[in-house]
Amino acid sequence: MNPVIQVSGVRKTYGSTIAVDEVSFEVHDGEIFGLIGPNGAGKTTTMECIEGLRKPDRGSISVLGFDPFRQVYKLQDRIGVQLQQAQLQKRIKVWEAVDLWASLYQKKAVDAENLLEQLGLTDKRNAWFMNLSGGQKQRLFIALALINDPEVVFLDELTTGLDPQARRAIWDLVRGIRERGKTVFLTTHLMEEAERLCDRVAIIEHGRIIDIDSPRNLVDRHCPERAVILSTADPLAETRFRSIKGVESVTAVGTEFTISGRNDDLVTDVIQCLSENSIRVTDFRTILPNLEDVFLKLTGHSIRE
Amino acid sequence: MMLRGLWKLTWVEVKIFLREPLGAIGTVVIPVLVFIGTGRALGRKIPDSVSAGSFVRVGLPVLASLLIAISAVLSLVTIISIYREGGILKRLRATPLRPQTILTAHVIVKLILTAATLLLMLLAGKRYYPVGIHVRFLSFTFALLISTWSILSIGFLIASIVPTARFAQPIGAIIMYPMIAVCGLFSPIASLPPFLHALARVNPLTYAVQLLQGIWVGDPWSAHLADVAALVLIFAVCTALSAKVFRWE
Repeated sequence: MNPVIQVSGVRKTYGSTIAVDEVSFEVHDGEIFGLIGPNGAGKTTTMECIEGLRKPDRGSISVLGFDPFRQVYKLQDRIGVQLQQAQLQKRIKVWEAVDLWASLYQKKAVDAENLLEQLGLTDKRNAWFMNLSGGQKQRLFIALALINDPEVVFLDELTTGLDPQARRAIWDLVRGIRERGKTVFLTTHLMEEAERLCDRVAIIEHGRIIDIDSPRNLVDRHCPERAVILSTADPLAETRFRSIKGVESVTAVGTEFTISGRNDDLVTDVIQCLSENSIRVTDFRTILPNLEDVFLKLTGHSIRE
Repeated sequence: MMLRGLWKLTWVEVKIFLREPLGAIGTVVIPVLVFIGTGRALGRKIPDSVSAGSFVRVGLPVLASLLIAISAVLSLVTIISIYREGGILKRLRATPLRPQTILTAHVIVKLILTAATLLLMLLAGKRYYPVGIHVRFLSFTFALLISTWSILSIGFLIASIVPTARFAQPIGAIIMYPMIAVCGLFSPIASLPPFLHALARVNPLTYAVQLLQGIWVGDPWSAHLADVAALVLIFAVCTALSAKVFRWE
């Protein structure tokens, strides 16, 4: 099957600044694909090139078989877009926005009331845009992105500025979009968001893609280290821990031990060792690397810096 | 394709405008009050002064109409720059809406507003204006709409150069209001010094004023084809320039 989005060798400069440099990747049908990286890494520029809002200096892009820049109107009929930091007219009502958007597409729009219902906006349908909360505004933008029943949905920094509760609600909505068989392309600088939502992610920094894979594979590939932290008063514990296969280091601070290794089975092996030797523990935690650690490893700095 | 969404967008924009706290009052009611108020104040002097008489009969109605058109232009400049700053223009562009459809909708809103204000002004004038108003109503409305439509294109040019929404209104006013001074409304162009004469020649408002004055006093349209042509030319030039320099974000 052909990929839904195909990006190859795309470069975009603004004056002497290279925003996006030789970026290539593919997005498959029905997946949630995330472009992750810090602010200013080139996420939005890449996305806007794919949406047909910007023309790349070099390289080729194909979305659903269209050239997004030359065939932008044909493409826009079949995609849904949420832009970073977009606003609507302050005093437009929720239902008016949805109704206006529904009239813009050639294909038949989805049922607007139903859509508002699904996004929890029914009781806000007569509210002005300016009076909506941050979460409600983002839900409205999702509604506008879905009104034409698009095949691909683009979400740019969807949950930035939202509180954790609103963020979780939006994540559920995005998973719902995938369940309806649509492809989702999103950008985020939140590693937790990428980890929880995305089937595959591309890590981008300084306009270049560093690696692409599922969050799980990226972690396994770049940060295989894992650790168990436990507390025990058993005097023989340290020697026992050192004898576990694959353990690379054991450090002790008082009665707290940190056991590290690269073995996938590290946690199981530690538990087995505890049980075989009847070691009693008063605390037990695991430290598993995540995308945040992958990013740190690959770029040498934290994504928040 | 061009029409898809145009009427709906226009209608939504009209409703949004009416929801602005001072929108309708500021742009519709105030010009009418100024027109009637000034007319009545000057009207008392008519018996002693020939120039006051002619100003009240022709000059003031044309000036008031011009102010209606200019306030439409300033309002357009402000709205476009607010929409640009807020990313609203960009959001609208990320739909199958054509850019020209978005701008056309705003022009139509401003023309509707201009016509509504003029209607109110003439109706109030029939009742309260010190001298009788005997104007061909439709012709004059049409003349004002052509003038407004033409100078709205200057509005797009101004909207392209204002850096932020905060400066939109003042910069627009600084450009538009001095144009009134050299448009032949207060002193005949022929009596202006040579350099102002040349300025008046390229001033779009000059042609708007000639057209409005002429139609107000009952000239046939055939006497003002040159003014209409000039207004159309101004529109074409400004629109072509705007298409080059207009910024969407």
